[in-house]
Amino acid sequence: MSLQTDLARVRGLGSAKEGTGHWWAQRLTAVALVPLGIWFVFAAVSLAGADLGEFRAWLTVPYNLILMVLLVGVLFHHMQLGMQVVFEDYIHNERSKTVVLVLNKFIAVILGVSCIIALLRVAFGG
Amino acid sequence: MATDNRPLSPHLQVYRWQITSVLSILHRITGVGLAVGAIVFAYWLNAAGYGADAFARAQAVLGTWVGVVLLAGWTFALFYHLLNGIRHLFWDAGMGFELSQVRASGWTVVVGAAVLTAITWAVVWNAAGGAG
Repeated sequence: MSLQTDLARVRGLGSAKEGTGHWWAQRLTAVALVPLGIWFVFAAVSLAGADLGEFRAWLTVPYNLILMVLLVGVLFHHMQLGMQVVFEDYIHNERSKTVVLVLNKFIAVILGVSCIIALLRVAFGG
Repeated sequence: MATDNRPLSPHLQVYRWQITSVLSILHRITGVGLAVGAIVFAYWLNAAGYGADAFARAQAVLGTWVGVVLLAGWTFALFYHLLNGIRHLFWDAGMGFELSQVRASGWTVVVGAAVLTAITWAVVWNAAGGAG
């Protein structure tokens, strides 16, 4: 006989709610962000005070655009994973937690997609 | 079933400060700080996508003294989170668990982040001085 409630048994989740998927994704994005983060510091320093024309010129170098799009994608994924853990630790009300975790994912995707569109507009727009 | 008033395990205030716990807390704080920075980063990129005036405004906002102080904070947070993240990856690989190693790697991360932040802003400062 199991000590789990029927609901817990049907959900099939322990206290961790999942396997190693989240943990592994956080590590993979962390590893990817090591070179991307170091590269971005150099990029940001070189772009201090630049106007849009200078930013566009920098972005039309193909690898700069590729690295920026990769950085944005990995960065906002890593941010979403990290903030999820923080919210899970400090929000104890199930309903609030669910709402915040959904918003966390929505905001991360909206920010990431808007940044990539902006990058493409600057690189390819008139 | 009331679950809100159950006793919890002792929290931070009953423990003596030590480098291991402080750096762990700092990793989370810098992570949350960088998430806020990521929103500013998104504003900056979206301003560029919007047009020259919006981008000039974003660059001007980031160039104010408040902007520079925040950017310096985010620079340190980025280097700290990056270096301490590498420290975490070594732990994930099963390396560096002796207390002496943990303390040494911890101080390396703190000093390294401070030095890299100083170097980065020295470069920015020189470039600004050279241009103006």
